[in-house]
Amino acid sequence: MSSPTSTPGGRKRNRNDIPATPGSIGSTSPPSQRRRGQDSSNADLPAMPTSPATDIASPTVHDTSLFSSPRRSVLPSEVDMSSPLMYGTPSSRVEGTPRSGANETVLFREECTSTVFDLQTVASEPSVGQKLVIWGTDVNVGTCKEKFQRFLQRFIDPTSNEDENAGLDLNEPLYMQKLEEISVVGEPVLNVNCGHVQSFDADLYRQLICYPQEVIPTFDMAVNELFFERFPDSILEHQIQVRPYNALKTRNMRSLNPEDIDQMITISGMVIRTSQLIPEMQEAFFQCQVCAFSTRVEVDRGRIAEPAVCRHCNTTHSLALIHNRSAFSDKQMIKVQESPDDMPAGQTPHTTVVYAHNDLVDKVQPGDRINITGIYRAVPMRENPRQSNVKSVYKTHIDAIHFRKTDEKRLHGLDEEADQKLFTEERVKTLKELAAKPDVYERLSSALAPSIYEHEDIKKGILLQLFGGTRKDFSQTGRGNFRAEVNILLCGDPGTSKSQLLQYVFNLVPRGQYTSGKGSSAVGLTAYVMKDPETKQLVLQTGALVLSDNGICCIDEFDKMSESTRSVLHEVMEQQTLSIAKAGIICQLNARTSVLAAANPVESQWNPKKTTIENIQLPHTLLSRFDLIFLMLDPQDEAYDRRLAHHLVSLYYQSEEQIEEELLDMAVLKDYIAYARTYINPRLNEEASQALIEAYVDMRKIGSGRGMVSAYPRQLESLIRLAEAHAKVRFSDKVETIDVEEAKRLHREALKQSATDPRTGFVDISILTTGMSATARKRKEEVAQALKKMIQSKGKTPAMKYQQLFDDLRGQSEAAITKDMFEEALRALADEDYLTVTGKTVRLL
Amino acid sequence: MPSSNDWINNPLGVVEEMFVQSNSNPEWEAKVLEYFKGKLKEKQAYSWIPSLNDVPLHYLKPNSLVKFRCLVQDMFDPEFYMGVYETIDPSTKAKVLRFGKYKDVTECGVDLNSRNTVTAERQTFYCVPIPGETLWAFLNHSHTYARSSQARVVPSTSYIPSRQKRSYEEDDEMDTQPQKQREPHTELHANGDSKRQETEAPSGQTTSPSNASSPLDLNFPLPGERGPACLVKVYEDLDSFKLNDMLEVYGILSVNPLLSVLCEEKDPSASLLDPTESMETPEEQRAHDPPASLVPRLHMLHARPLQHNNPLLGVGKLYRNMETRGSQRDVLPLGKFTLNLSGCPPNSSFTESLHQVIQELVPCTYRLSMTLHNMNSLRLVPRKDYVANRLVSGALQLARNTSLVLDETRLEQGQLDASGVQNITALGNLISWQKVDYDFNYHQMEFPCNINVFVTSEGRSLLPSDCQVPLQPQVTPPNLEEYLSTVHKAQLTSQINKFRVYLSVAQTLDYSISDEVTKAVEDDFVDMRKDDPQSVSAEDLHRMLVVARLLSLSLGQTSLSREGWMRAKHIDMLRRTRSQPQTTVNGNEP
Repeated sequence: MSSPTSTPGGRKRNRNDIPATPGSIGSTSPPSQRRRGQDSSNADLPAMPTSPATDIASPTVHDTSLFSSPRRSVLPSEVDMSSPLMYGTPSSRVEGTPRSGANETVLFREECTSTVFDLQTVASEPSVGQKLVIWGTDVNVGTCKEKFQRFLQRFIDPTSNEDENAGLDLNEPLYMQKLEEISVVGEPVLNVNCGHVQSFDADLYRQLICYPQEVIPTFDMAVNELFFERFPDSILEHQIQVRPYNALKTRNMRSLNPEDIDQMITISGMVIRTSQLIPEMQEAFFQCQVCAFSTRVEVDRGRIAEPAVCRHCNTTHSLALIHNRSAFSDKQMIKVQESPDDMPAGQTPHTTVVYAHNDLVDKVQPGDRINITGIYRAVPMRENPRQSNVKSVYKTHIDAIHFRKTDEKRLHGLDEEADQKLFTEERVKTLKELAAKPDVYERLSSALAPSIYEHEDIKKGILLQLFGGTRKDFSQTGRGNFRAEVNILLCGDPGTSKSQLLQYVFNLVPRGQYTSGKGSSAVGLTAYVMKDPETKQLVLQTGALVLSDNGICCIDEFDKMSESTRSVLHEVMEQQTLSIAKAGIICQLNARTSVLAAANPVESQWNPKKTTIENIQLPHTLLSRFDLIFLMLDPQDEAYDRRLAHHLVSLYYQSEEQIEEELLDMAVLKDYIAYARTYINPRLNEEASQALIEAYVDMRKIGSGRGMVSAYPRQLESLIRLAEAHAKVRFSDKVETIDVEEAKRLHREALKQSATDPRTGFVDISILTTGMSATARKRKEEVAQALKKMIQSKGKTPAMKYQQLFDDLRGQSEAAITKDMFEEALRALADEDYLTVTGKTVRLL
Repeated sequence: MPSSNDWINNPLGVVEEMFVQSNSNPEWEAKVLEYFKGKLKEKQAYSWIPSLNDVPLHYLKPNSLVKFRCLVQDMFDPEFYMGVYETIDPSTKAKVLRFGKYKDVTECGVDLNSRNTVTAERQTFYCVPIPGETLWAFLNHSHTYARSSQARVVPSTSYIPSRQKRSYEEDDEMDTQPQKQREPHTELHANGDSKRQETEAPSGQTTSPSNASSPLDLNFPLPGERGPACLVKVYEDLDSFKLNDMLEVYGILSVNPLLSVLCEEKDPSASLLDPTESMETPEEQRAHDPPASLVPRLHMLHARPLQHNNPLLGVGKLYRNMETRGSQRDVLPLGKFTLNLSGCPPNSSFTESLHQVIQELVPCTYRLSMTLHNMNSLRLVPRKDYVANRLVSGALQLARNTSLVLDETRLEQGQLDASGVQNITALGNLISWQKVDYDFNYHQMEFPCNINVFVTSEGRSLLPSDCQVPLQPQVTPPNLEEYLSTVHKAQLTSQINKFRVYLSVAQTLDYSISDEVTKAVEDDFVDMRKDDPQSVSAEDLHRMLVVARLLSLSLGQTSLSREGWMRAKHIDMLRRTRSQPQTTVNGNEP
């Protein structure tokens, strides 16, 4: 507010001047005009619309109280707070803001603060009938205000799922509830989703997008009127500001072009740099050195017109600027870079300058991913008084109105919105057509990494992993979230293109991470706390697992990973969270990532005589967390070799069109997965649940016949996840029997490969869950019993020679007994407190 | 001056004429492009135009048409400029429409409130000469021009002698110091431009506060490179250009001294109220608006993407699109062939000599001496400097088909620090996946590349390679250098030129495998696996197929023959048994 002298009473009267209905603005001159006639020194309305630029500069328009909302309860402050775009941006007001058309927007004096319309910008244009519109636009203040108030009072969005609206009654007018919230909380900011405005009144939305400079202050006015009508006793720090966000014209930074200048846009990007706070002068305070007469001069387009003569004592050049009595506002420059996801390959990311004002200052930090809503500006390079030539380039920036962090939510909850990729109707149609095909599952799996030969089941497994299961929340019953992510381990001979498969997946998914077990430490996988050298602030740096939240973390050379690093994975792979307690920061981060790992056998070649555990030497606690464990072995079979050779040779001379075709497939595949992940949430139907139960019972039965257990609840969960993922592949909202069948088949395939007991040839899940097959355990017991019997048969000999005992046992037993087995048997007996082993002698107890 | 050459000497005049004729019909822009494209199509027109690469800047006429053979090192943000604007004569108040395209600075008296102003968009590319360009390629490029131009468009008479002087100097240098890039100080040019001595700044310097006296970092990818860097203003088809593209840009040279004045006019006291001041840091200012005398501006009229940098191949001859060795199938780079030559004598100039031979044959190459110090201190991977808002180049920012020789014999025992490990990882990624992950601080961005890597090492290289061949010299001359120089002198230039052309042409040939041969290869593979499944894997087949391809191409055959396949198999067998080394140099080249 630039005229601190005006009294509250005066303002109150002004409020009454505001027409109750927009209809009253029309043939009669608006009340504001009358008022102007009463008190302005320059009452004549200039013939409109001539040259607004000169009008703006005219000193007549100091009447700030016009149209302004009731200010009774507003705390007095030197600088009025209102929508950020209206103050502190001389940059935004430099004359000749370019717009490619001739349609130049009339700019307000920012010193007029938000709610004042310079009358001279209101002109009647015959083409719009009798209505008065703001010069250069088709915005009629009264109509616009009325429309917006109606929007606030009536807009209901029963389907809203934004978390901002959590706790609000969705069947009541949304924004009225928010106003109520403001009256309680006292934070005078009203965020308005432009999507809501559009669905309510498309024309109002268009005006908001095209003339934000004019429309947003009108909105401010409307809100404040409404608010103080409803809550007349509220005390707010300043007037309520309307902050629109999510302009549907959300753009990629790359697609900004000259047509967007002075329009409201929403772009997404990553903050790369923020400047120090810049105090920006709003009003200069001058004092006469001779008579101490003081005067205020408002900053106009970044310049201060220094008074040459003191009005009081007529001394020339006696006025000096008093800094600490001048009014400043906060400003900050923020550099935003295009997010890496929406960049074309082979180009460098673009950056844009954003200005934040007042309370938006310091809202974002470098590294944040944000959506910015603001007004796009272009400013010509400063004209140099000494030079008549100008650099013909404009500087562009965005005056921020609203920030929305997109990664913040990723750490706290489900972020459906950020994942939501917009699909064109056409695209959705193609995807749905594809989904309707009966062989969609096969088609997709063969489109996956076409350069890698065969391994159909592995590809199918990975495909299901890409789709993932349905997220289930049991936190209310105390079990927390069930993981929806499918984890897969590939193990096998070196050189069986495991790494290539991993690379492919990493390139396919938007939020994929690729690390190698050899090179990563626990810290690199999880998160670490680091001191920022500049700000001395402690910063939490996230590692690969956290970064791939909602994505896939590909870990190559899983077996080379150090023990401590691997232990981190335990929590991530089942609870899907990461707990950190470091340097005073204790937190739990979400890491809902699927793990796709590849491991090589310890002996460099897969030993078919050993179990999976023995081959890759991974703890079974970790292995049991993988839903599917595949072996990628060299099949050593002639027909296979032939097909492989053919496949490889064909890679080298395929025509470009064929390659093109497959590239297209990759894009389709990407969209297909993204679409399914976002929109499809299959649930089990009755038959499917029955089928699952049967499958599980069957699995347990198979084992129990031989004294082995071949399934645990974890396996059932895996089956459910896989079935859900398969339903997603079909774009089906129901998990049906066929999904369960495929899940069962795949699970069996994987088990057959990885959990077959090499000694018996049967599938034995306990290899994976306990690290030892049931037969092995049985044999161990038998040996121990035999040993015990033998010792007992020897009578009362308190001590025996180790070597002799071993030889005796070997002589007695029919099966070959290795030293390892013998030692294990001794240990088992020692555990029973039957004997102790000291050095080379065995003592009975 | 003959009017027929106006389009070279005064292209802006031509544009102006079309603009005035068009009567503010926006079609004039297309017309201009059409006109210059047509002119450039004329016979030999390419060669009349002076090149920024070999003519010193101050011999070039400002606002004339020049060409520049370059690599797109960085792409700056798009900028809006006044495409069309109106000026008012202060005395007569007469309004004139003008165009701002292809210009940096407007005329006097711009009417900022004019309704006729048209805002347009353009983008600036930071371009550097093609890194690692070998001497013969450079000289041949410039001779093409010098031969045909015959001072037709020479702006200054003193220019030709100095041009020749320079080439003599360089010819001398070639004998004594063939390592062009390694000796930045030897060559003092007649022009003595300060920029000639400016080299890649050591890492970390970019963050130092700018002061007017510190030399401008021209951001060349390779240490010790020289040559003009240039800000190319691009108006059309912004999306068709990619980072690291090799281009021959035809454009209007702008060295308007006003540019430097305008950006130096920074009065610190005035900055408080001017919002544009705080937008740019001094570093950014220096990186994006360097003085025009050091980094000229070039307003692009036409650009020719270069598939190769071999001047001996005629212009336009190789216009068709070609898929060379590094075609990519999903993530698997196909046809890359990294040769590791092991058993090289340590601490000798063996690799240097080898590199000299390669230098004689290919247009672009670079030898990276993998000393511990280099590994720890060099910046291989380009990195985004957010303060200056530019991509700080690294030695792995190379043009396509550049031959990179890694000299691992120089590596000694010692500790690699963090950046050393990163550098080694980057080299490994380059070899395995033909990609470089540029460091954007908050994330990495993958840029595919197409670089032929050649590793010399004492034992087996610590870097991955597709093919390792132990060196077993058949002749061991007592003095290797002397021997090589006699071999070198024995080659006639015309002969070498034929080799050079052959190599470049062979690289661009199409290649196919007939069904019949496919069958034979399959049979062979199955047979080999039958005998000993452990000995041959899919990877081996990949390698043999690549070897077969390179072998066929080196014979000029565009399809694999049975004999070619047998030979490839044989060579691979020989390599395996290590009884005999492969032909060393050409093993890397097709």
